[in-house]
Amino acid sequence: MEFWFEELHTDNVKMSIRVDRQLFSGESEYQRIDVFHSPEFGRFLVSNGSVIFSEADEFVYDEMIVHVPMAVHPGVKKVLVIGGGDGGVARELSRYPEIEEIDVVEEDQLFIDVCKEWFPDNACGLEDPRVKIYNENGLRFLRSRQDQYDLIINDCTDPLGHTAGMFTKEFYGNCYRALHEDGIMVYQHGSPFFDVDEEACRAMHRKAFRSFPINRVYQAHIPTCPAGYWLFGFASKKYHPLKNFDAKRWNERNIKTWYYTTNMHGGSFMLPRYVEDLLLEEEESL
Amino acid sequence: MDLSRQKKAPIYEALERFRKLHVVPFDVPGHKRGRGNPELVKFLGQQCVGVDVNSMKPLDNLCHPISIIKEAEELAADAFGAAHSFLMVGGTTSAVQAMVLTACKAGDKIILPRNVHKSAINALVLCGATPVYIDPKVDKELGIPLGMEVADVKKAMDENPDAKAVLINNPTYYGICSDLRSIVKLAHEHGMLALVDEAHGTHFYFSDKLPCSGMEAGADMCSVSMHKSGGSLTQSSLLLLGPAMNPGYVRQIINLTQTTSGSYLLMASLDLSRRNLALRGKESFEKVARMAQYARDEINAIGGFYAYGRELINGGSVYDFDVTKLAVLTHKIGLAGIEVYDLLRDEYDIQMEFGDISNILAYISIGDSIQDIERLVGALADIYRLYSKPEKKLFSAEYISPQVVTTPQTAFYAEKESLPIKDCAGRVCGESVMCYPPGIPILAPGEVITKEIIEYISFAKEKGCSMQGPESDDISHLNVLKI
Repeated sequence: MEFWFEELHTDNVKMSIRVDRQLFSGESEYQRIDVFHSPEFGRFLVSNGSVIFSEADEFVYDEMIVHVPMAVHPGVKKVLVIGGGDGGVARELSRYPEIEEIDVVEEDQLFIDVCKEWFPDNACGLEDPRVKIYNENGLRFLRSRQDQYDLIINDCTDPLGHTAGMFTKEFYGNCYRALHEDGIMVYQHGSPFFDVDEEACRAMHRKAFRSFPINRVYQAHIPTCPAGYWLFGFASKKYHPLKNFDAKRWNERNIKTWYYTTNMHGGSFMLPRYVEDLLLEEEESL
Repeated sequence: MDLSRQKKAPIYEALERFRKLHVVPFDVPGHKRGRGNPELVKFLGQQCVGVDVNSMKPLDNLCHPISIIKEAEELAADAFGAAHSFLMVGGTTSAVQAMVLTACKAGDKIILPRNVHKSAINALVLCGATPVYIDPKVDKELGIPLGMEVADVKKAMDENPDAKAVLINNPTYYGICSDLRSIVKLAHEHGMLALVDEAHGTHFYFSDKLPCSGMEAGADMCSVSMHKSGGSLTQSSLLLLGPAMNPGYVRQIINLTQTTSGSYLLMASLDLSRRNLALRGKESFEKVARMAQYARDEINAIGGFYAYGRELINGGSVYDFDVTKLAVLTHKIGLAGIEVYDLLRDEYDIQMEFGDISNILAYISIGDSIQDIERLVGALADIYRLYSKPEKKLFSAEYISPQVVTTPQTAFYAEKESLPIKDCAGRVCGESVMCYPPGIPILAPGEVITKEIIEYISFAKEKGCSMQGPESDDISHLNVLKI
């Protein structure tokens, strides 16, 4: 039997993953969610036709969005995760004993339920007693928060779909307000390679760059992302991702990783010329 | 309303049937189902251009409906509780003009609120009727015009017993409603027609939790902007008639100015929207009202802003309030409505319906989602944090009763000359002068320019009001009638 999942990355480029079987399909108020099992990637979760993560490559993403800021900020006690209902980000955060509270704001209860059932290795992160799940809209949650967090992780992926509100100037502005004076926000920055994704990537940088005094972009290789290439944003009020990076401190923690290393940390901020150029253009357009 | 009959959409159904016939077109439009204009097809889609067709036997004729358009009009009348309805393809402007032109001819009087839409003034230019204006009270804090008070309407009717009709704006753009039932009753007691400009009130017909609609109040004619809250295509509208009107005469009036090539895209959109409203309008508008209320509560919790609602109701100039409207007072955070409007568009990618000196208005409709409401509220919270300034005192306008000496028609066609504003006292104005806030005309064509008005204009300009209307941008000159 030939059974393939396909996702258009552009009108002219398609990613196909051979599927053994479909494990789940359901629809919430916000999205259609499908879960498949595949020989290459193991289980993978699809939202409105786009792969959100797979068992085989979620570690890249979850490690990079957590360990990079954690190796910079010297004293993270309270973290806010917007989206992140799968639990992968919370799982990585739970490896840090000094973190006291992890607030996860996931609007879609179905997403949490599906991950708990089919992705227990991610969802175990939500079981940590420090994690508190808020089932509400991220923007709404942030509006009433002021000077409360050391780190905010925006784990939403789609700047055009139901999480579009988490890629806006008001979102970055509300994050700024919710952070302590030395707080850091990291966020998904999309993929810069294909023309169809470029504008969203530019827009994110334009908005975040204006909202925070320090704003750098870093990268990772994630096979199921468009072009296999994904960016993250590092927005910060005080700490610079390289100048305030403390490799020794982080290595002493002995956290077992599969992607992140302290060597990789510095390297991930070294961007290809075309990405540097497009970011620079947005910075200079102000 | 006959719900099982409302499931029909005769124009839409006829177009779908027609599409399958593959009739060879030797008639207009010349694009011939798009074949002659491939770029247009690429832009709009074959589905759309394929039904951009002309009147013909199976598709009826808007100028003289006898089959599917007639049935669609009957269904619309039934859905809106009217005795008769007309599908309009020239915007609600054409419906308002048809009401005025039906009610009045040259020399007749019509009673109107001073903040009437320019389509009504333009209708007076067309028909030569004389306006009798009523002072819409102004809310000094919000800087917006309110509704007409019954006592003011009665006074105008008693003083002008020969007036043919009263025109009521209901609701206003901001959602303010007048006491429609009492005004209609008063009009009928005085032998006048009651006309309602319901451009912003289509949804009133489909919820018992919203203010009274024109037809429900017993009005004789209502203009309903289906393309605003009703969901049809831009430029499509409905004119509704009460039982006392002669539909044949109204049709003749409409045909004076309406196109003879009525667009089937617009008519089909009216047909489908009417069906949707009849079948699902109630729940849709209840959802819209809930979203608007949620937005009001959240915006008011930010601080600084004031999103107003039913608390404005005072039994007179604010007889009722349309809770689906989301108007927000911004001047208390030191920003003009128009500044917040620009910030929302330029910095937050959010397009508002409008911004005036002290308010912004968001149009909430059946197409909105709660996620979008969160974005708006989030953006306002961010604007409050980043841009708020000390409050500036708002200029409060005083109502100056206009002296109408000649009809807008005479003034419009008269020979005019441009004079420095200081020399205009005693002359008859040939153009409109509008002052924002509160968006009420200070002068309309045919009115005497008094010393008091000249002083008021220079005072308002000095206070930073936005003045609009005249040919001269800085309002240094006015066009007046030659003596």
